[in-house]
This record gives sequence, C-alpha cells and structure tokens, in this order.
Amino acid sequence: MSAKLPSWKEVPVGAVILEPGSTRRYKTHEWRTLRPVIKQDKCIRCRICWMYCPDSAILELDKPYVTAASRKYEVTYDVDYDYCKGCGICAQECPVKAIDMVLEVR
Amino acid sequence: MGKVVPLSGNTAVAYAVKSADVDVISAYPITPQTTIVEKLAEFIANGELDAEMIHVESEHSALSAAVGASAAGARVYTASSSQGIALMYEIMFISSSLRLPIVMTIAARALSAPINIWNDHSDFMAVSDTGWVMMMAENNQEAHDDVIIAYRIAEDPEVLLPVVTALDGYFMTHTIEPITVVEREEALDYIPKKRTWYSLDPARPITMGALGDPQWYFEFKRQQYEAMKKSREAFNTSVEEFSRRFGRRYDAVELYGDDNPDILIVAMGHVVGNLRAYLDRVRGRGVKAGVLKVKLYRPFPEDLILKHLQGVEMIGVIDRALVPGSTSAGPLYGDIVTTLAKHGFEARAVSFITGLGGRPVTHSHIETVLSKLVDLKGKPVRELPKEPLFIGVRE
Amino acid sequence: MSRTLTIKDIPREERFAPGHRMCQGCGAAILMRHITKAMPKDAIIVQATGCVEVTTTLYPETSWMHPWLHIAFENAAAGASGVEAALKVLKRKGVLPPEKDVRVVAIGGDGGTFDIGIQALSGLLERGHDVLYIVYDNEAYMNTGIQRSGATPFGAWTTTTPVGRVWHGEWRNKKDIIGIALAHRVPYVATINPAYIPDLYMKINKAMEIKGPKLIHAYSPCVPGWRYEPALTVTVARMAVQTGIWINYEVENNTLNVTTPVPKRKPVREYLRLHGRFRHLTDEEIEKIQEFVDKQVAYVNKLAGKEVIGPVEK
Repeated sequence: MSAKLPSWKEVPVGAVILEPGSTRRYKTHEWRTLRPVIKQDKCIRCRICWMYCPDSAILELDKPYVTAASRKYEVTYDVDYDYCKGCGICAQECPVKAIDMVLEVR
Repeated sequence: MGKVVPLSGNTAVAYAVKSADVDVISAYPITPQTTIVEKLAEFIANGELDAEMIHVESEHSALSAAVGASAAGARVYTASSSQGIALMYEIMFISSSLRLPIVMTIAARALSAPINIWNDHSDFMAVSDTGWVMMMAENNQEAHDDVIIAYRIAEDPEVLLPVVTALDGYFMTHTIEPITVVEREEALDYIPKKRTWYSLDPARPITMGALGDPQWYFEFKRQQYEAMKKSREAFNTSVEEFSRRFGRRYDAVELYGDDNPDILIVAMGHVVGNLRAYLDRVRGRGVKAGVLKVKLYRPFPEDLILKHLQGVEMIGVIDRALVPGSTSAGPLYGDIVTTLAKHGFEARAVSFITGLGGRPVTHSHIETVLSKLVDLKGKPVRELPKEPLFIGVRE
Repeated sequence: MSRTLTIKDIPREERFAPGHRMCQGCGAAILMRHITKAMPKDAIIVQATGCVEVTTTLYPETSWMHPWLHIAFENAAAGASGVEAALKVLKRKGVLPPEKDVRVVAIGGDGGTFDIGIQALSGLLERGHDVLYIVYDNEAYMNTGIQRSGATPFGAWTTTTPVGRVWHGEWRNKKDIIGIALAHRVPYVATINPAYIPDLYMKINKAMEIKGPKLIHAYSPCVPGWRYEPALTVTVARMAVQTGIWINYEVENNTLNVTTPVPKRKPVREYLRLHGRFRHLTDEEIEKIQEFVDKQVAYVNKLAGKEVIGPVEK
C-alpha cells in the first residue's frame, strides 16, 4: 500500500461513500487478455457495441470521421481501454464484424 | 408541564412516541408489546400524530423498514419483544453500524422454548452486544421519559446510534400508573427535529451500506466503539437537561437505601421497586443494605458502578436472564464482576438468577437473597459461590 | 410513453460507473447500466446483498450515482418500503418539497427475491408501496459460488445440484415469480432481457409512471455460473427469447402484452447447448424441457389472446 489510508477518526460515519460513481478511479483493464480494436472504416455507427458493453467501455464521441470510402460520420466509437475487461461481447454482437479481438500485449 | 394521567406502561410509551413527533412507525405484533403500536395506530387514525405506519410482515422487516426510513431522513420508531427481538437480531447490528438513530422499545419478555409470553430479561440481554445504546426503566413514568431521552441521545451528532428503551412485560406494560405526559411542544423543544445523520438525498447521492474489506472494516468498528463511548456523555447531558426541564432526575445507576451499605443488591427493571419496598420494610433491623439500580446498560456505566460498589462488603446481582455455559450465567453479574476486577477491586459479588419466564420476584425471594448475602459477608472471595444461586425455582 | 423506443433513444450519459468488479461479460452489469439510465436521476435505490451489491460498492468506491442503500440479503423490499414511507411523510410534513416525486427502486437477485426475500417482497407488494422492485435473475446463488436457488431451472448443474451417478442436475422447475407478483394484484409486472435493451427502457419508463408496487423480472446471464464464454452473454440472452425459454412481456391492468413476438421458435436444444451447466442433459431431459416450454408458450399465448410466440421451427 503506497498511499496512507485514513485512520478511524477520519473515515466518514457509518461507512458511507460520499463520491458517486467513484469506482471510475479503479481501472479494470488488467483483467483483459484480449483487446477489442474497432476498425473505424468498417464501423457503421449502429451503437450496438456501445449498448451491450457491461463496463461502459465503448465511448460514443462527438468526433467526426470520414471513412476511406468517403462516408462521413458525426460520431466515433472508441474503446475505453481503462475499463474494458476484454469480454468480447462488442466483437460478437457487431453486425459488420468491425471489431477484432486481438491478444493483449503488456 | 404536562398533565398527569393514569396510563399503562405501553400507553405511556406510545404517548412519548407521539410527543416525539415520529415520522415513521414500523412494527409487527407481539405480546406484550402490541398495545404500544395499537395506541400509536389510534393516534394516527385520529389525526393526533402525522406518521406513516408500515404494517410489516415480520419483525425482521420491521427493523429493515425502520432502517430504510431512517436512512431516508425520517425520525423512526419501532417496538418489539422476545422472538421478535430475536428475529431482528441481524438488522440490529446493521442499524448500529450504519449509525442510524432509530429508537426501539423492548417490552421485555422471555425467549422460547418453552414458549412463554411473560416477563424476564432474556430478549434484552440477548441483544446487548449489537451496538445499541440500551436503557431499562423501573416504572412507567421512566419508560415514558426514556423514549424522549432516547431520541436526544440517538440523534446527537457525536453519537448517532440506535437506542433501546426497555420496560418489563406485563409488570409494567400492562399495569397502570399515574404519568406526567411530556407534551409535544416541550418534547420537540428538547429534541428538535434536525437531520444530524447522513441520509439518502438525491441532491447529494451517497452510497450507504457498502462492503468494507479487511482494509476498511476495522476502522469503522473502532469508530463505532468511540460513538458508544460518547453516548455515555450524551446520556449524562440528556438526563441532566431533562431534569432541568421536566423536574424528573435519572442517572445511569441509582443507589437506594443506606448511604454506606454493607450489602448491595444490583438489579434492573421493575424488580428494583420491589427491592426498594423490601428495604424500607427491614430498615433499622441491623442490616445496612441498599439497592443499586442499573438504568443504562449499554454503554455499561463502569464509573458509577465502581463509585457505588467499591468497598461494599457483599454484593448480590440479580439477573432475570440466564446464559448457560457462560462464566457469568447472569449477564449483569458478569458486567459487575468485570468492572470491579478490571479496576483492581475484589469482586465480592454473588450471582442470583430469579424471575425467569414471568415468575414474580417476591419479598420472600428477596429475603432469601439478602439472608444469603448476610451469611456470606465475612467470607473471602475464593469461598463465595462460583455458580449462580437460583432463587424461586423448584429444587 | 407509447412511442416505440429504438437504440437511438438510449441516453448517452452513464449513470453506473465502470471500475466495478462484476465479471467479464456480466449480464447483470448490462442490466444495471441501462436500468440506471432509464430511471430518473433523483430516484433512490435499495439493493439486496448479492453479486451486484458486493462488486459495485467496495469501500471507498461506489459505482452508483443515485442515492443507494444496502441493508442485508432478504430485506431490500422492506428497506424500500421504509424509504418510500419516509419520503411520503416528509413530503406531507413539508420537510421535502411536495412537488418533487422521488421514485424508489429496489433491486435484488433471484436468491434475495425468490427465496430469502420472498416474504419481504410479498409485504411490499401487498401493502401497495410505490416502489419498483427489479429482480435480476441469474438462476442460482452466484455470489456465494453457484448454489441452487428457487429460480434454478430444471436440469441445471449447480454446485449443490451436481451431476453424479444419482443426481443429474436440478430436478425441480423454476419458481413462478411473475405469478406470485400477479397474485398480489399489482398494477404492473414485466420481464426484461439484456439482449433487448430498448424494450427494457420502455418498461422501466412505464413502471416509473405507474403508482404503486411494480415488479420487473430481468433475465441475467452469468458467465461463470452458466458456464459459457464471456462474449456470448447477449447471444445466450437472445437465444432464450428465440426459443421461448424466456418471454419478454408485460402485464398491465390484467392485460398481457408480449413485447418481443417470436413468430418461429427455435428448439430449446439450441439454447441449452450454449451452456456448460446443461451439457450433461440427455435427449429425454431435453425433450422434457421442450414440453415445459411449449406449455409455457401456450399459456402466454392464451393470455395474450393470440399466437404471439409461434411453433418450434422444424
């Protein structure tokens, strides 16, 4: 343990957690053995991978993208590699096979 | 000052709950507690109390719903007895660890088996390690006042613990005494409704009841220990302020009888009244005896116990509960002996178990206790009985 | 709320933080993520002990962004009753603003709902508290290590219904939790499935608008407990609907409405073969499950008044 943990005098009464959504501080990427890679040119922006992710690890970004075939999209789906546990649901459910699961190399 | 009315113990308790303007009452029927909740239902039905009554399907849910309501910021109340208390056991630990200021009355009763609806302290003693502040009344007035005092202690920001106020089943719950009722306005001036504890507020979403792993659990238990310690001071200031406002003085323990008694009988609940009456009868017959009433059981008032018991030649401890196999089969006896021993005093104390399952503790039983103590007075500690003496059981 | 929702209608903002310790590919995690998005932001959640509870609130961090309370295993319904009663009276007494309608949602697993929490659930439903109770059903006690519950289906291997020379997995059928809820004459019950997310939104939205006790039964695939590959969670969930093992429907005002019609059903064998927990089943046992599902489908079709779930595709 590197950081000094609070003493019993410093912890909040009754073990309440005051900061909502604070598990964001805990990155779950180390669980991953396979990493999803989105092929942006193949992706049809259907939102399915984003919808089914159990770890909110597909990000829906307002980032325009023009595909090699000159198709223009307003949004981009990116993987949040901090939280992705590598389950592979996104790749499995992708209707156009735009997500590859590749071996994680650390 | 409130009016004086003849009330049963349970009704007296209900009047106090009404005066405390509780928001949520969650309770399940069990004898001899039931008439508290019946009376409260009547108050709500007549518009005399604005509260939600949750007609839960068990005592487990009674306390669980009380935890939910308290966590949502309401002043809550529940009451139970015996098997109901046993069923609540799990949630008693949780409510004290969540630091929710719930007040619960225990109409003290024996635990099964054999099933027995009558009075002793089995239920009260069985939950004395659940982290609740615990008081027991001697008479109905005290049972009434205790509820008001309990909210003051429970909601004290330095404490934030649930509180049990107990009264003896039937001997008190169903007997009528003249009661000076603390009226709502004066009660709420003494216990203003302020949310002093963390609660479920959409404006500030917190998580309550998280998982504490080995890295965290210990700190919360240590903190809870401190809160219980602080409740001792909160008790003192609360009863003092109560006495200033309402004229009735209570203390964690109370001595009655000779100022410097040779023999002291320690007891709790309505039996203290019997002891007082008996001592009045035998006063001046050569025995310098007194009774030490323990009102505050958790936190155990070691300071006052020590003050009154050190130097006393012979101590008898009356327990109305039995823990077979324990080094102190009488739980109160265990607390007394431990208090004396840890402060370096000889535990010149003998354990008496009496009045189990509603068997009355009569003057003849008290006489037996006292004469036994007189007999043992000169003996060294090692010669005192090491097992409890059962008084009033057929041999 | 009559408009049909699509995937495009799902709000982007997350209300259930990642970093939770739910398993890779956890079905319940998909459910929680969308349940919390579908709920009003100021709703209060009361949660039973279970895998979702332990994996999301490891002190000092929480995945929850709503006010959230956990008490114990068997009492989410009782705790939620208390919260709801408190909100009601505090509003009446002017402590809380009267115009604000804070909704209360209780969440429990199948163990905490079908079994140990059934009494508290019945109390909540019977007393009429304005609470939505959601049971995420992964068909066994997964948090403690895959022990059989009242929700375990016929044939399933669990650690307490193992496959041996005498036993061959669970030998009893799953408890009918919807039937139990309906027997309490509640205004709304529904089923949801993580493969059908827009349907989930429509039902949570609807439940939030209905006063009184509501129950939603959620199909919750469990990777380690059901023994399938993590990537297959949605596939398994979809197959449950396509075979009639699971039916997405709602019952409102005594009217049953199937929300995911299945004109042609797949045989249950296709569902069962996805799970390691059913690997030991004999043809006879599979046939028994098929018959059970056929009966269930016929019953639902009867209540729906038409054949919404079709026959098995040969």
